[in-house]
Amino acid sequence: MKRLMNIFKKQSDLTTILLFAAGVLTMPIWLDPIGANYPDLLQKFVIFGIFAVGYNILFGLTGYLSFGHAVFLGVGSYTAVWSFKLFTMNVLPAMLFATLISGLIAAAIGFVSMRRSGIYFSILTLAFAQMFYNLAYSVLIPITNGETGLQLRMHDIRIIDNYFSDPVAGLPSTELFGMSMNGYSGFYFCAVVLILAFYVAMKIFRSPFGMKLKAIKSNQHRMRYIGSDTRPYLITAFIISGMFAGLAGALLAVTDPLAGAERMQWTASGEVILMTILGGVGTLFGPLIGVGVIKYLENIFSAINEAVLHNFFSFMPLWAENLLVAITAPFVGEGWHLTLGILFMIIIIFLPGGLMEGFQKIKRRYLTISMKDSESTTKQE
Amino acid sequence: MSKPVLKISNVNKSFGGLQALRDINLEIEKGKVHAIIGPNGAGKSTLLNVLVGLLEPDSGSVTFNGGINVIGKSPHEINQIGLARVFQTPEIFPDLSLLDNVMIPAFSKRDGAFHFQLFRSLASETKITQEAKEVLASVGMEAKAEETAGSLSRGDKRRLELAMCLIQHPDLLLLDEPTAGMARHDTNKTIELLMQIKEGGMTKIIIEHDMHVVFSLADTISVLSQGAIIASGTPDEIRGNPIVQEAYLGGVEL
Repeated sequence: MKRLMNIFKKQSDLTTILLFAAGVLTMPIWLDPIGANYPDLLQKFVIFGIFAVGYNILFGLTGYLSFGHAVFLGVGSYTAVWSFKLFTMNVLPAMLFATLISGLIAAAIGFVSMRRSGIYFSILTLAFAQMFYNLAYSVLIPITNGETGLQLRMHDIRIIDNYFSDPVAGLPSTELFGMSMNGYSGFYFCAVVLILAFYVAMKIFRSPFGMKLKAIKSNQHRMRYIGSDTRPYLITAFIISGMFAGLAGALLAVTDPLAGAERMQWTASGEVILMTILGGVGTLFGPLIGVGVIKYLENIFSAINEAVLHNFFSFMPLWAENLLVAITAPFVGEGWHLTLGILFMIIIIFLPGGLMEGFQKIKRRYLTISMKDSESTTKQE
Repeated sequence: MSKPVLKISNVNKSFGGLQALRDINLEIEKGKVHAIIGPNGAGKSTLLNVLVGLLEPDSGSVTFNGGINVIGKSPHEINQIGLARVFQTPEIFPDLSLLDNVMIPAFSKRDGAFHFQLFRSLASETKITQEAKEVLASVGMEAKAEETAGSLSRGDKRRLELAMCLIQHPDLLLLDEPTAGMARHDTNKTIELLMQIKEGGMTKIIIEHDMHVVFSLADTISVLSQGAIIASGTPDEIRGNPIVQEAYLGGVEL
């Protein structure tokens, strides 16, 4: 019993990452019963998972609430598509460039925004995000292609690909050394990237560096007076989370080589905040759970219509069926935001630590019960 | 006389028309506990804020450890040269465990102001973990190591804050009213603890209202009144000094 408890209490890095990898790679199996097993949605789960895991390094560890992280998602996508257009359809260079360039932009935005804290920091990041969003539709049209969005074209130069082989007919698709990035192979590739990204985040969480970030969140004043210069720590955290977001943006372009500015809208920044809070700020798994819930509601719940509801309640007498359909109809389909809103409120009020706090409570209750059980059995012996 | 750890020469500071510090000269010897006392508004906090770099004096110099200039340095730089501070209201990391609270200053001391090393595992930091446990034990809090610091009583928070400073082995420890706002019981426990640390030979400056604390701890005392030092000396000399009686102690039987 004690050994079991220790495993629960302190998972070693290796067991955590193995459990996590197993969970992610088997998603097509365990998501099947709830109707979420199709490649497009699976890809979204893992890609936004990377986004949220990275965002949590900033918001969860340092407490700095960035309202403009979607910028890096957009920058990552644009960079990746440009890499496809200019160099090669291979996804690795695209991901590398996207991560680096988002990191550079994060350094610039972070350098300025980190001069302030609290709400002023949030407003500064929001201002930067809106600035990038609007520039994408105006001054930056040569790079972003405005409202049409940046797309692949037949006559793109693609220096590296065209050097090694003759251009094929039709638009090429993204690939990793010949492996196509559509459908399930795309999902598995993104899943591997998520596992790597999660590993990096976990190492940061469990390092003195991560501990210092938590200390800054807890009491920045004290942190300065025990000899740490907090600003470079904060900027580093901002850059790392920006790079994660850029990587996620690149993967969005990998699975669907198209980049549009709507990806950078403030609602997209808001979504990642919702995901993180819903799942549990500052916990390793919380943001991923938040991503799962929100993306599931967005894609599955929104597809439920009255016909589906009638079918679902058809075992009841007709009047009850009609009544229940009338009650539940506003919460599904177009109304999925209503469900999300109510869920969000319930969680904020009863579980400020997010769904993870709920799981912790259940786990603790279970452990204390099982501990009492084992104590009573030993006494009887 | 051994070399002073801290040397304050001709420091002046005024806020508008108010002269908060007048021509302060002070030398703190190594290994000694020096107390600064004075009535409210005498300039004690101003002096302390000058020492930790929060305020820049209008004139004068503050040098540390034989020549390092303190003035104009930011708080983390001042800590890095070996000066730790305990605040009037205990400043700890309320969301973290006691053990983490004590480990973080040790990391700051080892790593310097900024250290970019993302992937070092906390589990491999056995030396600092062990040291933190020992320091917690020395202030009598090892049993609470895994508890969250925010839930501690005020007296315990103060003890934790002291532990956070002690693990850094500072050359000079500044204590700003370490027993302010404490119940008698907690005050006595804090004095006991400070006495115990005193035997370790760490140089300390203590700013205090509570005469009981001052006279039981200090080797030397300076009395501030209206921004100037009106007397300096051993506790006995201060007790017998008529000017001090007049200005501060107000004839109270000590």
